Amino acid sequence: MNDQPENIKSNNIPLGGEYKYGFVTDVETDSAPKGLNEDIIRFISHKKGEPDFMLEWRLKAFRHWLTMHEPHWPNFVYSPIDYQEITYYSAPKRKTDGVSSLEEVDQEVLKTFDKLGIPLGEQKRLAGVAVDAVFDSVSVGTTHQKDLEKLGIIFCPISEAMHKVPALLQKYLGSVVPYSDNFFASLNSAVFTDGSFCYIPPGVRCPVELSTYFRINAKGTGQFERTLIVADEGAYVSYLEGCTAPIRDENQLHAAVVELVALDNAEIKYSTVQNWYAGDKDGRGGIYNFVTKRGKCAGRNSKISWTQVEAGSAITWKYPSCVLLGDNSVGEFYSVALTNNRMQADTGTKMIHIGKNTRSTIISKGIASDYANNSYRGLVKVMPGAENARNFSQCDSMLIGNNCSANTFPYIEVENRTATLEHEATTSRISADQIFYLQSRGLDKEQAVSLVINGFCKDVFKTLPLEFAVEAVRLLEMKLEGSVG
Amino acid sequence: MLNIKDLYASVEGNPIIRGLSLSVQAGEVHAVMGPNGSGKSTLSKVLAGHPQYVVDSGEILYDVSGVMTNIAGMEAEQRAREGIFLAFQYPVEIPGVPTAEFLRASYNVVARHHGLEDMDPMDFDAFVRSKMGVLEMDDKYLDRAVNVDFSGGEKKRNEILQMAVLNPRLAILDETDSGLDIDSMKIVANGVNALRNKRNAMIVITHYQRLLNYIKPDVVHVLYQGRIVKSGGPQLALEVEERGYDWLVK
Repeated sequence: MNDQPENIKSNNIPLGGEYKYGFVTDVETDSAPKGLNEDIIRFISHKKGEPDFMLEWRLKAFRHWLTMHEPHWPNFVYSPIDYQEITYYSAPKRKTDGVSSLEEVDQEVLKTFDKLGIPLGEQKRLAGVAVDAVFDSVSVGTTHQKDLEKLGIIFCPISEAMHKVPALLQKYLGSVVPYSDNFFASLNSAVFTDGSFCYIPPGVRCPVELSTYFRINAKGTGQFERTLIVADEGAYVSYLEGCTAPIRDENQLHAAVVELVALDNAEIKYSTVQNWYAGDKDGRGGIYNFVTKRGKCAGRNSKISWTQVEAGSAITWKYPSCVLLGDNSVGEFYSVALTNNRMQADTGTKMIHIGKNTRSTIISKGIASDYANNSYRGLVKVMPGAENARNFSQCDSMLIGNNCSANTFPYIEVENRTATLEHEATTSRISADQIFYLQSRGLDKEQAVSLVINGFCKDVFKTLPLEFAVEAVRLLEMKLEGSVG
Repeated sequence: MLNIKDLYASVEGNPIIRGLSLSVQAGEVHAVMGPNGSGKSTLSKVLAGHPQYVVDSGEILYDVSGVMTNIAGMEAEQRAREGIFLAFQYPVEIPGVPTAEFLRASYNVVARHHGLEDMDPMDFDAFVRSKMGVLEMDDKYLDRAVNVDFSGGEKKRNEILQMAVLNPRLAILDETDSGLDIDSMKIVANGVNALRNKRNAMIVITHYQRLLNYIKPDVVHVLYQGRIVKSGGPQLALEVEERGYDWLVK
């Protein structure tokens, strides 16, 4: 296999070298007609050969969705989404239908993942990370599956889990984010096409990082994936998620749902580096990223930790949350959201304290440059039974230039007097003095900015797995190239 | 090493340096004194290449690889890599960046410019610790964010530590004594004196003669209204201390 596949062509739209994942893969696809109705949902369900309970669940979600309205409270503006203009299913054609094996995957798709730095073949797969690769609407391959099975760990496409472990799936799917949760989650429940499923049995510490790489390729397609991770009693797993998409003039919708369940003494660490195409400098094109992520600390002493580096998408609407149900459970949210050009992000978290002695930490770092708009929105809620709940929140914003904006919307609802909450917020600017100081020590302007930004984001980066942290730093450097004039 | 010829420079359209000439040779320490507003700090920023300080005319000739080169249009980082160092009057805070990381990034970028290898973190750690003793700095400095929550004295010591790490050929100390008590000043002066040698030169900018008791200059200049009005030996600093500036500027 060549390192530079011929059929993967770079797009011609000028982009000043910022987005290097903007190529399109030429691949024969198997698609649903565009538009959304019950027939499309039946089509998707049939394509996946789903059990009946799944189709029923999807239809319930769809019927509920029809009664709902797109939320317009976030702090951003975008052109209306026509849900009938979207293609809800697009998959690279396989030689045969049925259960996946890498031999049946179009070579161009495999080359795409190679080019993205995610080799899927047995010989070249990444050591220490098991990857599930999702291309448009389907998972095209999952590495390390056999090794994980020996430990009883199930890590596979969610469409496969419906056949492999239907009972587990039925038990947990929608148990954290019900199909009626919100507009985008309901839409996802009706039309989700793939995503990863992961189950860690009691007492097992997953020895490798599990990872899903999402790639949107086809034009006019939405990506609606759904991820479900269950850590049984005493289990531990660290999970990574990466995403990219081609450069296109029109906007594409990504509405995902992620559900995490941690039982007694279990721990889930979920890290995201989101680098969807963000549109050009005038705000043309880019992904609309409307994502519902929620974890339930169902068991005593359980822990769920979200780390996100949000550096892409024209619009980001995302609040990875923790429901702290089990006594002594812990929720954490570490976020860096970088917006440049015309990007708009309204992101944050919700920490719902229900159990006794529950603790949560929120560290949010927002960076805005050019004409971008960056908002932190977070809720800390302490329910009446949550004795001795504790929360610490820190929300810092950094502005680069004079045309961008940063906002913080913290919501606090406390119904128990024993709770202790701390909230700190700062807004700063990269000052000309800082840049000159660093330049006078030999660093050029870009090195100087990157050092200042890295310092600003340090508390978040240090929670990322090492290789991911390195990637995150590079990503921010690439994004900010030329931002400081 | 440095030859400033008839320099005019301004900040945001206000002319501050007005016809300044100054020549500095390797191995020399020059003190620049002068009343408030005479242009002392502006001179330091102009030499270091602050983008807001514009050279309107004249030349700043500096030895770059053996050739006297006009550096008036050179970027600040290029000047730093060529061995010009400014110890700031008000060192800037960089939150979240450990001092050790900053020092190493700076050291490596300068080393690379001279065709040397980067120093790895272990070697650098030993190297930087060897420079800290004379400044009476303890190891904790290295993990603290650059200048954040540093006292005035700590900040100034940190400047001299950076100077020791980068080993510049031309160091400009901008009011390094301001805000220092006598003990801190002695420590800082010891640090500076330890770095003096035949190959480098220093320009010490100060309000007061006091610092010059500890850092002995070869030449003293008095700056007034953007030009040098009087130059002399160390004795001149003492005269200024005794008589003020008035007799020099009338």
